[in-house]
Amino acid sequence: MSDLRDLYQDVILEHSKAPRNYKQLPEANHKAEGFNPLCGDRFTIYVTMEGDAIRDISFQGSGCAISKASASMMTQSVKGKTAAEAEKIFARFHELVTGHAEEKNENDLGKLAVFSGVSEFPVRVKCATLAWHTLQAAIEGKQESVSTE
Amino acid sequence: MTTATQKADSRARSARTGSGLDIEKIRQDFPILRQTIHGKPLVYLDNAATSQKPRQVLDAIARYYEGTNANIHRGVHALSERATAEYEEARQTAQRFLNAAHSHEIIFVRGATEGINLVAQTFGRAQVRSGDEILITAMEHHSNIVPWQILCEEKGAKLRVVPINDRGELMIDQLENLLSERTALLAITHVSNALGSVNPIREIVAMAHKRNIPVLVDGAQAAPHIKIDVQALDCDFYAFSGHKVYGPTGIGVLYGKTALLESMPPYQGGGDMISSVTFEKTTYNKLPYKFEAGTPDIAGVIGLGAALEYVTNLGIEKIGAHEHDLLEYATQQVSVISGLQIIGTAKDKAGVLSFVLEGVHPHDIGTILDQEGIAIRTGHHCSQPIMERFGIPATARASVAVYNTNQEIDVLVQGIKKVKEVFA
Ligand SMILES: Cc1ncc(COP(=O)(O)O)c(C=O)c1O
Repeated sequence: MSDLRDLYQDVILEHSKAPRNYKQLPEANHKAEGFNPLCGDRFTIYVTMEGDAIRDISFQGSGCAISKASASMMTQSVKGKTAAEAEKIFARFHELVTGHAEEKNENDLGKLAVFSGVSEFPVRVKCATLAWHTLQAAIEGKQESVSTE
Repeated sequence: MTTATQKADSRARSARTGSGLDIEKIRQDFPILRQTIHGKPLVYLDNAATSQKPRQVLDAIARYYEGTNANIHRGVHALSERATAEYEEARQTAQRFLNAAHSHEIIFVRGATEGINLVAQTFGRAQVRSGDEILITAMEHHSNIVPWQILCEEKGAKLRVVPINDRGELMIDQLENLLSERTALLAITHVSNALGSVNPIREIVAMAHKRNIPVLVDGAQAAPHIKIDVQALDCDFYAFSGHKVYGPTGIGVLYGKTALLESMPPYQGGGDMISSVTFEKTTYNKLPYKFEAGTPDIAGVIGLGAALEYVTNLGIEKIGAHEHDLLEYATQQVSVISGLQIIGTAKDKAGVLSFVLEGVHPHDIGTILDQEGIAIRTGHHCSQPIMERFGIPATARASVAVYNTNQEIDVLVQGIKKVKEVFA
């Protein structure tokens, strides 16, 4: 049960129930769809890029608590950042959820550190990273949908 | 009768279920069930994905490799003769299991998927023409959709789909309307893996045969639960997988009627499927070998034979009755959980309880139940069109086998309550 609470932290549950930036973005100039065929998670990420900066970001779709909360918190953490900065946060986040994070880096992640429990549940890593992969695809301007398989 | 024997009698009876099976004794046959997961006793309710294997099957496979291993149908030495005899004995066991008229109507394949693909690639390639239609249903597993899509694309034929109602039952009147002179084949599941619905195959086959349309039945989810009699059903093809009927993975059966099998071109070319080869011309072997190219999964076939014997010895009707009781009990118990909705409420169901929980994604249900030692399946169950039909991305699915108990259903119900607590 303690492991479960590590995974389903209150912050995660709260974001999954009331996701932030959960809407379409009519003025978005980048967009991508992400799909996890294993569990049917499906999200669309909308991004408004201004030069190299993520001026606005939102998402829509359906998925498990982990994937939804991850998408929600991702939009908060990358808004206003440059594409390169977002890329760097994702790299740290990926280390965190796969259990490869160095402790000093964990602090850099701020609120995203609540996802550390995912590392105890290897099959859920894809859920936590789906939105991030989709964001990458959106920024790179790939129009095809990304899949975690 | 003395009181002592009366007492012993009632004790014996109390260990049995309404089906007359001694489930505790049966559980002893399955070594894998004696383990804990995350410190809790394993409650295995993912039987529709694959069932566990009894000692009898594991022993048969070990005995084969330890004492019999040799290639079949080619050696004159003792081991080869013995291996061939055991292999062919398993074919007869499968023949009896399906009540096929002839053992040469039993073709060993990798599983239901390969059985269906075999028919699509041989019968389908030879018989289906541009403008023809292949009829399937809205409750098919991907393995009974995609092979037909590939064939239709190749041939310029059309895939038609019989709809289901909100309970997950096939709309038989619609099926009747969709059968036409253009229909080259009806391919239909016996039992739905995502919903548990049982289709009235005998009645459906009769409808199709009135128009001379052959019928393939996907029996992957029926073979573990229902007595199958291919002659009574009168279906033209019947496919199932060994691993869902307590047998090993990688082996299954395709049954086909003799006349159809004889008229079909071979599936794969190679050894065993020919009777003579020159560079000018090859004469194909007789049934069933025409469809069994190369060295088969001999140990798998022998293991499958042992599994089908195991099922037959227990009695498939008794197994079905026990599972029916379990499913009814589970349905009753989960129905009172608020926010829980059962997906698939057909009148006639076998083996499967699919459900969704308000506000909780099935994937999260699966993770939390796993922490309680409970194995269920979550996702679309290789049946995305069904999920779309019900407007959901996925379900949680508990599926039962002969070794499951009402106590395990109680553990499942407690587990679901825990899920609700976490997400409260
Ligand atoms: C209804 C149905 N058909 C076909 C299959 C495919 O079986 P296999 O993967 O063993 O070939 C399954 C397995 O899940 C099934 O449930």
